[in-house]
This record gives sequence, structure tokens and C-alpha cells, in this order.
Amino acid sequence: MNNRVAFIYSESFLNYKFGEEHPFNPKRLQMTVDLIRELRFLRDEQIVQPRHATLEELFRVHDPDFVHAVQHASTLAVDADPSAIGFGLGTEDTPIFPNMHEATSLIVGGTVLAAELVMSGTVDHALNLAGGLHHSRRKEASGFCVYNDIGAAIAYIKDRYNARVLYLDTDAHHGDGVQWMFYDDPDVLTISFHETGKYLYPGTGDIEERGDGRGYGYSLNIPLEPFTEDDSLLASLNSVLPHVFHKFKPDVVISQNGCDAHQYDPLTHLSATTRIYREIPKLVHELAHEVCDGRWVAVGGGGYDIWRVVPRAWTMLWAELSGQKLPDEVPQAWLDRWQSEAPVKLPGKFLDPIDLFPAIPRRAEIEEKNRITVRRAMLGTPFLL
Amino acid sequence: MLVEQAMTTDVICVTPETPIEEALAITTVNRIRHLPVVKDGELVGIISDRDLRNAMPSCLIEEECEVLKDTPVGSIMKTNVTTAHPLDFVEDAANILYQKRIGCLPVVSCGKVVGIITERDILHTLVEMMGVSSPTSRVEVQVPDRPGMLAEVADILRARQMNAASVMVFPSPTPGQKTIVLRLKTMDPRRFISDVENAGYKVVQPPALG
Repeated sequence: MNNRVAFIYSESFLNYKFGEEHPFNPKRLQMTVDLIRELRFLRDEQIVQPRHATLEELFRVHDPDFVHAVQHASTLAVDADPSAIGFGLGTEDTPIFPNMHEATSLIVGGTVLAAELVMSGTVDHALNLAGGLHHSRRKEASGFCVYNDIGAAIAYIKDRYNARVLYLDTDAHHGDGVQWMFYDDPDVLTISFHETGKYLYPGTGDIEERGDGRGYGYSLNIPLEPFTEDDSLLASLNSVLPHVFHKFKPDVVISQNGCDAHQYDPLTHLSATTRIYREIPKLVHELAHEVCDGRWVAVGGGGYDIWRVVPRAWTMLWAELSGQKLPDEVPQAWLDRWQSEAPVKLPGKFLDPIDLFPAIPRRAEIEEKNRITVRRAMLGTPFLL
Repeated sequence: MLVEQAMTTDVICVTPETPIEEALAITTVNRIRHLPVVKDGELVGIISDRDLRNAMPSCLIEEECEVLKDTPVGSIMKTNVTTAHPLDFVEDAANILYQKRIGCLPVVSCGKVVGIITERDILHTLVEMMGVSSPTSRVEVQVPDRPGMLAEVADILRARQMNAASVMVFPSPTPGQKTIVLRLKTMDPRRFISDVENAGYKVVQPPALG
């Protein structure tokens, strides 16, 4: 595989921050980049500085009133604007912070730039770990996401290249924002693997959400049972993705790589280990080369155990994307640097030991239920027939 | 919620003279099951797809049936139609549908048909009321069945500046208890859950392991 790759990054990404107490903490990004650098996996020429998204790029997927509300809120020092609540701003999930518009626009611009680099053939793959703000809606911030960088990148690709896009979301939360933005579009296939919305935010992502109008069948949802483990999650991905890629034949794949399906994650109830964060990018990488001439844009996403999960998971993603072989051990120097800050013991290996967690008592039933879900989701997808 | 907020306003009606065959085609094309029958602007009857099918010959007989072209719906429609008013409550309309075992109510105001409310409209209203369409986390809290419990839970929400998209109170399978189901507009309900538990109530999250 020929791997010309871009790593979109700027220290300014760390300004997307809702406050010290908030679970969405940019420190995870800082720790990841530090780990990647410690491994000497990032060369200077691979780093590309992001730019701010233009208003035109934002307006492709967001209502101007909403963008103006974010701009207005950005000038306030505290949550002082009651009208912002209607746009999902100033809530417990998305509190207003100074320069919110600039911070989020830079992330959106980063993902649009990643898409541009890939579509223009400058690189084969591009990664923006600050991106992945998949909950944001047309006129509402939601679930820690202000603007939807993925939606903006897809809209850009469609507008500029008239290309067919496959969007794959493996965050433990349903990729609702992106799904609704392209719900009636047959040229954008959205696939989301997530914990069922029975209890988990945002509550959507049922298999019956299949798209609308001409886009019917081009939204695919695999809601997994709580406590789903590696084997069942990977089996679900393997029984869906190769088939879907070959039938849909996208020009480019955009993957959202939230890493909150790990058992350590405090917000979700899936029971994966870091093994899935090696296997998922590997599968996407292979399929991108088989079907899309290698065109692959990857973004980050959720991940709320910032100490034990996110840095390892995203380093594995970059290693796969840039074609570098990971050692077994997490570098001691990195562990030494971060352990004193961490309230928990940092794991010393990239792959979790097989017996890290006790077996899930209802494992067989959970696996069976997931198999049935996959089968039912696939059966209702006309283009697969 | 009032009937006028839940009803369909774009009502397709027929007249008593409309032939059965044409009425059947209207229900099929528009995927609807009921046609109010209107004469000089006034509701005089209603006809359902089942009434129309009852008037059809057996599907095993292939020959064309002239009688369907010639017979008007006026001869088979139901009269003395049960109706609703735009200012009725949706729950009262639902109760009438349930009690009378019927599928819809034409909504009549000042003698004119202004809408129709069907089982489907009511189900949709219920789905909306349950807060399913906005992004939420679902939390179930079990509380003693005595006054003031809802206010206690609401106080905890207020203290956290959290918003609920919907709240429902159900009888609990445990005697002496009730279940409050909240759909919270947050991705991170942890602090609310610990507050509720600290206040001594049981939170039913995804079923425990095992």
C-alpha cells in the first residue's frame, strides 16, 4: 500500500474546551500527539496546519441563524445569552466558552482540508483527530459538538468533486447529526455501529432509520447491545462492511473513530478492549484501497477515558493509516511524563490483556442479539440485494 | 395537547355520489383508510377501506364488475359519524377511538370538516410526547409512591441546570413504588444519576451485567 499521509494538527485545536469539569477534554489530543511523537511516528512534512472553515463552508450544513448565534455567544465571557439555549448552546453539554466560533471553525476547516488533500490526490489518507463532531445538527449544537466538521467535509466533497461518500461511524454513540444531514441523499451512505439508544444518548440509530425519499436504504444502523465485547463488535463490522463497500462503491471513505466503546469509558456501556482500535482501522484501510483507490479521511470523535484509552487507541489509528508497525509496549518516557497527572494507572502495552475484564455473564445472548440485528439491518437495505 | 395540533388538515373527502371504484382508488393511491363523505360542505357519512372491500366481489373472480362503477358510496357509507372538535384534548379523542373501536374521527368545526385524526396521528403524537425525536439520554428512577417525589427529582435536575425533553410516570412492578422515566438533554447523565442515588432513590440504568 502506498501511504502518502497527512496529519492535520495545530496546538490551537486545544482551545476547543468546555471547562475543567467537562468530560470532553482536549488533553486527550495533547497526550495522543505526545505519544505519537515519542514513538517517532510523525515526521514534520506529514503535519499540515489546519485553516478556519469559511462561513460558506459552514452554511452548506448549518443554518446561518445558528452560526450567527455561535458567533455571538463566542464574544461573551459567560453563559449570558438566554436565546442561545434554543440553539443548544449554554447547556450542561455545550457550555459557551470564549472564541467558541473560532475554535470550532478551525476543527471544521481541518477536516475540510483533510478531505481536500485526499480528493485532490495530494495524499492517500488524512487524519484530523480533533474532528468527529458528529452530533451537531443543522441548527443546534448537541452532545459536546458545536459545528459538524464531518458534514461540512462531505458537503465540500459533493460540491467540489460530485463524489460518492461512505461515512463510517464507530463511536459508541449514534452518528445522528451526520445521518440527518444526508438522510435523503443516495450519494452519501452513512453507517453507524453504536450502543443501542435504549438508554444511551442520543437515543436514535434504530435499524429502521434507513433514509428517506431517494436516500432510502442509504442510512445503515447497527445498534449493539450494552456489554458487547470485541469479538461480537468485530464480527458485526466484518459481516457488514466488505459487502457494503463493494456494493456501494464509494469514491472516498470518511471514518469517525470515537473510542468510547472501551469498557473503561465512563459514558457508555459497551465492553470492548483496545484490540478493536487496531482492527477497525485495519479493515477500513484495506477496503479503502480495494474500493476507493485508497481515498480515506479519518477523524477522531468521542472517548472519555482520556488516560487509559484515547492516547493508545488514536496512536493505533495513526500507525495503521501511516503504515507503521507499533511496538507492543507503550514508551516508558511517555508513561513517566503523564503518570503523575493521571488518577489511574496508565497501561504499559498497546493491546489490553485478554483477561483484563471478567467475562460478561450473558455473552452468548448478547452475541446472538447482535447477529440478529446485523441480519435485519442488512435485509432492509435495497442496494445490497 | 389539542386535537387541532395533532390532526391532519389536508383531508381528502368524497361525495355521496362518488362511485365505489373511484373511492377505492383514492384510498389506495393516497395510502389512507378513511374517507369522510361530504355533501354541500357538510359531513354526511364516512367510509373506510374495509367498507369498500366488503362491497367488492371475491378477488378470485376476474371479470370486471360494473356494479362498482355504478354504485355510489352513499349507499354503503356509515352515517351518524362520531366526530371530534379542534379544541378537544388529544387524550379524549384517543379514548373515544379506543372505546368505540374505530380508527379515526373527522374533526368538524362550524359544520365544516377541518381535519381528521386517526390512530396513526395519535401514535405519532405519543412518540413525540415521549421525547424520542430529540437527542436524549434515558434514565429511569424508582421512587416511593407518595406525594412530592416528582418535585424532588425535578429539584435535582434544576440544581444541575439540566433540561428534560420528556417526563413520564409509570406504576412500578414493585408494590408501593413508581417509576419516573426521564429523557434528559445531555450526553453525560452521570452527575444527575449520582445525585439521585445520593438522595436515596434507585436508578435503573441499562440492565445490570448478568
